[in-house]
Amino acid sequence: MTEATNAATPDRTLAVRGLVKEYVRGKPVLRGIDIAFAPRGMTAIIGPSGTGKSTLIRCINGLVRPTSGEIHFMGLDLAKLRGRDLRLARRRVGMVFQEYNLVERLTVMENALSGRLGYVPVWRAFLRKYPAEDVARAFELLDAVGLGDFAHRRADALSGGQRQRVGIARALMQNPDLLLADEPTSSLDPKTSVEIMELMDGLAAKAGIPVVVNIHNVELAKRFAVRVIGMTGGRVVFDGKPDALEPKHLSEIYGGESWLT
Amino acid sequence: MSAALDREWTRFTPAERMARFAVYLACVVAIVWSIRTIEIIPEFLYDAPEQMADLLTRMWPPDVEYYPTDIHSALVETLHIATLGTILTLVAAVPLGVLAARNIVPWWPVNSAAQLLLVASRSVNSLVWALLFVAVFGPGALAGTMAIAARSIGFVGKLLAEALEETHNGPIEALRAAGAPWGAILLKGYWPQVQPAFWGIALFRWDINVRESAILGLVGAGGIGVALDDAINYFYWDRVAMVLVTVFAVVVIAEILVTQIRKRII
Repeated sequence: MTEATNAATPDRTLAVRGLVKEYVRGKPVLRGIDIAFAPRGMTAIIGPSGTGKSTLIRCINGLVRPTSGEIHFMGLDLAKLRGRDLRLARRRVGMVFQEYNLVERLTVMENALSGRLGYVPVWRAFLRKYPAEDVARAFELLDAVGLGDFAHRRADALSGGQRQRVGIARALMQNPDLLLADEPTSSLDPKTSVEIMELMDGLAAKAGIPVVVNIHNVELAKRFAVRVIGMTGGRVVFDGKPDALEPKHLSEIYGGESWLT
Repeated sequence: MSAALDREWTRFTPAERMARFAVYLACVVAIVWSIRTIEIIPEFLYDAPEQMADLLTRMWPPDVEYYPTDIHSALVETLHIATLGTILTLVAAVPLGVLAARNIVPWWPVNSAAQLLLVASRSVNSLVWALLFVAVFGPGALAGTMAIAARSIGFVGKLLAEALEETHNGPIEALRAAGAPWGAILLKGYWPQVQPAFWGIALFRWDINVRESAILGLVGAGGIGVALDDAINYFYWDRVAMVLVTVFAVVVIAEILVTQIRKRII
């Protein structure tokens, strides 16, 4: 993946085909997922807990190895990659986590810069001699997420919303071609949740990259996503525009009806 | 209401209660057995207070004159043995600790091999290590340093491995997701999480090593123990007292130092 191919607008279509994941043999968590994601805009995946949303997202960047199926992105089948190839491919995919997953004892700046660890030689990370353009970019992104003044603060001194902002900055430091988010707002209050979604949506749009987000909050999904995918029992049961998502679909996705009134 | 009263709650199942009783019983048996094994001779026991009083009078006052002539240089040597030994330990214990941590090296033969080495290091007492190294390097501070290092590797390595296994996986996963190579993950994912524990362990071990290296002289491995051994052999109990006072003072100072440093690094 050379710089030249990045410069020309690459095709950022993500295509998942026949994806199956069994943690325990014979008990699939994902039962054959076929989705082609658009090369830009936010796609929200909704569904009850334990339905495989997280597994699906983790299969895309190889944190979970699929049992079978294909994941095509940027001319690669991510499901087939191993070792170094997988590591190099992961650099192109940013990820935001529910529990932020910052390194608590490092500063905000170092957490942001750790998004570059896939690119920067280890000795540079060891000596904290990150390339100047990386540091400049980190300051830029910290400003963009509203934490410009917090660069030297330790991550464990931040609030949940601030931590998630650092998480977003770290993911974007990779200059990714795709942004994944696994329940990015589930640990946050409603107002902060909206702000975090706005940030991810805005910054990804600015970078021209697609976002795939797992989310429990249906309202947030409808508000920010251009497409909603409903999953239940390891299968896709709804796929369409947010407006098309009706109570009967929600009932099918989550089961039951009384909660919908 | 009666239905609720019918339901019983107990903390342990009958099998668990039996197991707990068995453990208590085993403890009592072990204590009784130990007391019978050590064969206390009553005559010596009755005599003990008198002997102790006699010894203390011989020890008092401590021979202060002995400090500048013999103790001081031996004390400095002891501190050098403890410090160098601890540094050597860290060099060897870090790789072993990493290899023993199951979450970092998910391959049990490697974990087991590393753990075996760590256990081997711990299973031998410092004094025994010192005897071995005195045989190898001859008497002196080098043997003492090696003995301290050999004994401490198991201690530091084991505690480091445990600290590594208790780290949060979230940040590690985040760095993996960013495509970081394993060296970077160790450096920026694991190390910051175990850093306070690591320095805590290292300082604690140094503190222990100051005390342990004080007795290594008894088997000829250098340090203040040599002065102690000489004094005991010639029945200079006032000199023995002076050595003991010095060791006590050094241990107290080391303790204060370690506590202060620990406060700063966490």
